[in-house]
Amino acid sequence: MLTLNQLDKVYKTGTFGTSDLHAVRQVSLDVQRGEVVSLIGESGSGKSTIGKMVLHLLDSTGGTITFDGRDVTKLGFRARRDYYRKVQGVFQDPFSSFNPIYKVDRTFETLRQSYFPKVSGGEWRSRLEDALAAVTLEPDDILGKYPHQLSGGQLQRLLIARALLLDIELLVADEVISMLDASTRIDVLNLLGELKGRGLGILFVTHDLSLGNYVSDRVVILYKGRVVERGDTSAVFDDPLHPYTRDLLASVPHLDRTWEEVEAEEAERTRRLAGRCLYHEAAAAQGRSLGEEAASAEGSAPGEVPDGVGLVEYAPGHFVGCFRKAAEAPCPAA
Amino acid sequence: MALSVTDLRVYYRTRRGDVKALDGVTFEVADGEIMGIAGESGCGKTTLGKALIRLDTRMKHVGGTVVLDDDELPLSDDNAMNRHRYREVSLIPQYAMSAMNPTRKIGRMIRDLLSAHSVRYAEVLPELERRLKLVGLETDVLGRYPIELSGGMKQRVVLVLSTLLNPSLLIGDEVTSALDVSSQKAVARALVEFRDHGFVKSMIVITHDISVLFQVADTILVMYAGHLAEKAPARTIISEPLHPYTKMLIGALPKVGDRYEEQQLEGIEGRPPSLLEPPAGCRFRDRCPLAHDKCAEAPPFREVAEGHHVACWAVS
Repeated sequence: MLTLNQLDKVYKTGTFGTSDLHAVRQVSLDVQRGEVVSLIGESGSGKSTIGKMVLHLLDSTGGTITFDGRDVTKLGFRARRDYYRKVQGVFQDPFSSFNPIYKVDRTFETLRQSYFPKVSGGEWRSRLEDALAAVTLEPDDILGKYPHQLSGGQLQRLLIARALLLDIELLVADEVISMLDASTRIDVLNLLGELKGRGLGILFVTHDLSLGNYVSDRVVILYKGRVVERGDTSAVFDDPLHPYTRDLLASVPHLDRTWEEVEAEEAERTRRLAGRCLYHEAAAAQGRSLGEEAASAEGSAPGEVPDGVGLVEYAPGHFVGCFRKAAEAPCPAA
Repeated sequence: MALSVTDLRVYYRTRRGDVKALDGVTFEVADGEIMGIAGESGCGKTTLGKALIRLDTRMKHVGGTVVLDDDELPLSDDNAMNRHRYREVSLIPQYAMSAMNPTRKIGRMIRDLLSAHSVRYAEVLPELERRLKLVGLETDVLGRYPIELSGGMKQRVVLVLSTLLNPSLLIGDEVTSALDVSSQKAVARALVEFRDHGFVKSMIVITHDISVLFQVADTILVMYAGHLAEKAPARTIISEPLHPYTKMLIGALPKVGDRYEEQQLEGIEGRPPSLLEPPAGCRFRDRCPLAHDKCAEAPPFREVAEGHHVACWAVS
């Protein structure tokens, strides 16, 4: 449904925009209907930038974003409005997504004015109740209240209900649970799981691996704007290959194992993969016929491995990139 | 016993009445113990941390005592507390790393801090450098501005400077929050190392992230709406919690490996009560599946097994 192909984003920084910050490098991924894809990375990995480019809040510098086969990288004002009927975003801080001066109803009222001016009051009310029921909120508890009277979890579910009113097909959920308390977090996650069951595609942006793992079907691990590993959630979490993915998984505070125990368990894998690069090994073994993505990467001379942003398919559905960490660093196997 | 808190009550004065943020809290922290405090937003965990060092103008010490190393802390006497602050009790407040003076180099800032406590910078410098190296920082960070350091580096600088005078008690409020997981791990490990080296005798680590507490803390104290719910060794809290709130809270945390398709976790219905006029009795009553008539009376926080305290009538 949604496909990103070699997406790039360069921010201009410094005085008068004299220097470049390559925030997203050649990112390719796709999201299908009824699927949650997690974008996992630490600060500065470009995960939110990708989410914002999909939502058209930022322009991309290179590459394409296609939605149902249509290129949506450059959309005019009108076309964008149609696009937003199908694609909506929910963000980290539910409190700042609402205007504290108005009752929360206004959020729905503005939506009605801009997208459904012809729908009658009664019809709108019943649609609204359906949407609230879908996010397990009681209309009587919610409507007519001010944002400060509701909890973060309730507000976040309200924003998802607002998105559902538009019959969306894709939801970009950017760190939707990181500001919520543990007891309400899981409700929002379960809601995402339920929406997935109804055929919605979800791009779930997060830095928290245990939460990413809970709902997602596939994960994409980003480091400094580059995809270092991606694949089915269980494949990546059970057999992390890239050094960065392994570091990340070993740093997550687990609830049942201490860091020392995790490190001891991972010692064997670390030893086995030390000083190696599966990407270049696969590349050497296959000669020029790399994975389709790597082969199509631009700027690679014949017989040469592309500039380290491509991925090879290590196991079915499990892709890994060159084992260098930063794009400028040398490959550990070189 | 490093720290002993007895029936501490701290209220916030507001125009609509007192907010009972800390309502009768009794616990002890042993020498060398790292105690974690967990709880949802608004449960009083930050208030507890602040109360042990400085009450701001809105906070009112209503009752209770705090004894640190056989010495009662004069909580409501701001001037008398100065003698204890930083030397005996040190606090790393929330967002400390963002509160560094951006116009001062790190070294200069530490010099200012020490002179405010009549300590000479040159005397402490060798120890300062040694500790910076211990947490994995180069000594040249002293000549740098805060903006030049990453979040994890700043948080480690904050840790070093708050413990320079070897306080008996360090209170760290959300010291690992807002950091990436790799920096989080480095900071959490530095906390444990500082205790192991004896730079601080005991520690209270406040965070909403229970999995971090499981990694660093010896014991975990769970708070709910200004009351204590449960205190036990970290492993016991995670694997054999007794209080219904702790059980539901731990049950709502997905472990790495839990999948939505295989096993759906459940949140906790409802919200904590308002602390403006909290209901009498157990404050978790409205959300508790085990609530019965007896819960209208506040349950005592009593020891049910060695080192395991619970405030619940349903736990025998």
